[in-house]
Amino acid sequence: MKILKTLEKYMEDPSLELVASGHRACQGCAEVLALRMAFKVLGKNTIVAMATGCMEIISTPLPITCWRLPWIHVAFENTAAVASGIESAIRILMAKGKIDKKWINVVGVAGDGGTSDIGLQALSGALERGHRLIYICLDNEAYMNTGVQRSSSTPYGASTTTSPPGKKSIGQSTWKKDMPKIAVAHNIPYVATACPSYPFDLFNKLKKAKEKDGPSYIHILSVCPTGWRIPSEMAIEYGRLAVRCGMFPLYEVEDGVYKMTFKPDTLIPVEEYIKGQGRFRHLTEKEIKEIQQRVNSEWEKLNKLCEITKP
Amino acid sequence: MKRKGIEVSKAIAEAAKLARVEVVSAYPITPQTHIVEHLAELVANGELEAVYLNVESEHSALSACVGAAATGARTFTSTSAQGLELMHEILFITSSLRLPVVMVLVNRALSAPLSIWCDHSDVMAARDCGWIMLFCENGQEAVDSLIMAYRIAEDKRVLLPVIVNVDGFTLSHVIEPIEFPEQDEVDRFLPPYEALFKLDPERPVTFGAYGMPEIYTEAKYAQEMALVSSKKVIKEVMEEFGKRFGREYKVVETYNMENSKVAFVSCGSINENIKTAIDLLKKDGLDVGLISLRLFRPFPSEEFLESLKNVKRLIVVERSMPQGATNTPIFNEICALIFTRKLDLTVENYIAGLGGRDVLPQEFLELVVNPPEKDHGREYKVLGVRG
Repeated sequence: MKILKTLEKYMEDPSLELVASGHRACQGCAEVLALRMAFKVLGKNTIVAMATGCMEIISTPLPITCWRLPWIHVAFENTAAVASGIESAIRILMAKGKIDKKWINVVGVAGDGGTSDIGLQALSGALERGHRLIYICLDNEAYMNTGVQRSSSTPYGASTTTSPPGKKSIGQSTWKKDMPKIAVAHNIPYVATACPSYPFDLFNKLKKAKEKDGPSYIHILSVCPTGWRIPSEMAIEYGRLAVRCGMFPLYEVEDGVYKMTFKPDTLIPVEEYIKGQGRFRHLTEKEIKEIQQRVNSEWEKLNKLCEITKP
Repeated sequence: MKRKGIEVSKAIAEAAKLARVEVVSAYPITPQTHIVEHLAELVANGELEAVYLNVESEHSALSACVGAAATGARTFTSTSAQGLELMHEILFITSSLRLPVVMVLVNRALSAPLSIWCDHSDVMAARDCGWIMLFCENGQEAVDSLIMAYRIAEDKRVLLPVIVNVDGFTLSHVIEPIEFPEQDEVDRFLPPYEALFKLDPERPVTFGAYGMPEIYTEAKYAQEMALVSSKKVIKEVMEEFGKRFGREYKVVETYNMENSKVAFVSCGSINENIKTAIDLLKKDGLDVGLISLRLFRPFPSEEFLESLKNVKRLIVVERSMPQGATNTPIFNEICALIFTRKLDLTVENYIAGLGGRDVLPQEFLELVVNPPEKDHGREYKVLGVRG
């Protein structure tokens, strides 16, 4: 019942639709869904700094905007720095009595390229300085806005336009960069992974992030039917499969303590997640096995971290 | 009005304090460092109520200023050379978002070879970024310009960022007697910043939307008109500053122009040596003038033309390489004006003082009485260059 009430509150209250409909996202885009869900939790007292990317392009063709929140886009690589400036301004303007003292969420939003590649330096600076801000990485595992080029967050073996498989290439030749762990290394109060296929988990994590008196980092897997080459109605399902096979575990790190927030009894084989996706179509059984082994060992490591950091 | 001997960098920081800046965001680079070090000290001691943001790069320094200015805070940053180049992308966005960020650019030569010393290659590489740009000849001008810069930038008719150029070392690191206005006088001249639009949950607005071909030209045209029209406000502010504080500035300053048929054109601290050369020439009965560009962007075309008076020969001295262009940037602007207004003038282009090389009054004197040949096949002469 409580869960249903939460759902009702977040999904049916029109005053919480802060990312308005009418945007230009692709059919089945789970990224804009993640955005919509996140801002339902964060609410109206929120300022958004957003990187260049899909979500920026689909939401703000001048003179139209689908943002019912104060929103700024400056460039690709500097979202965390812009958010730092916003937070600093709020702090000093409140101290000087120029604006009312109230809780304002400062949120930086960027894609996986804007976070794990070009925006990493600015993000590290912002996390290290300890601003009270929430940074959301919407990870669709490639540069989708520019036409599906690989990022450091693209999974091993995936075909993208700049990591094409061929006689001498498996596709993406490197393993996905572990952004959440990089965030954890900054000793910030809260780091979490989430996926819009698990809305309550996502709601809870943003609620926690909102209450932290310091930086939080939320890494959201955002299924991209266009780039992953899957049917658009399968976006939610693929988010579930990614979590259930252990390739994208849902966990949080609160003050250094790791905790799984969704732990399947048994992991489904990664093959079930991989097989229907066009970006993995070229992979051989051997290569899928290699991925399975990697997922197993990463899963084990993560569980160990949960054990050893348990207070 | 208090007068004291102080390093110009420290004086600039004191001026930022007088302007009651609220967010300082900067990354260290020589020769800008003394400005931000002193500001950090003022904040640490509680003498300046501001946030001092230790960012991890110049790119983030300016990006944070953009975020803070869009939220309604008065922002300050300062950099030099490579730092400005790292900010380059954000320079254009700051002006396009119409945010009144103020920057003191301590001019330094661009690498390579790496040089920490002064020239104007940094600002000239960024000259078309849509910022208002002022030059200073001495420390007093730097202090006054910084205070005026906020008044200009934040004027509702302007809303554009301002770069105050201060020559590295020759200006930034010297100790000068400087008059500081009283805080309450500055407060009367420069009221608190009230943003026309800001990031405010009570009144949500979208900053930085993208422009399709149907609207991009109009957006850029509006911005260009704002920059061009800012000259009127700049002149007003300079005039009012003069009335209140007794030091009046002009967008184009002149020296000994009344009876001069020959005149130098330049900007920055090098002008003081040019003036010394002019004084020496005057003793010998030769009248030579100086046209000093305090305002470089928007280019003060009309004021420049008015300043010409009876001049028949212009000697343009600049501190940056043309980088493959026909001539140096200011020379090109002047020649375009002379051509379109059909004026009968000869114009010579000299490049000097690169990477901190001194240019002494004697060398300027020589240019007047014994002008050297242009460099082979070029439309300019690089002074003192060894083959």
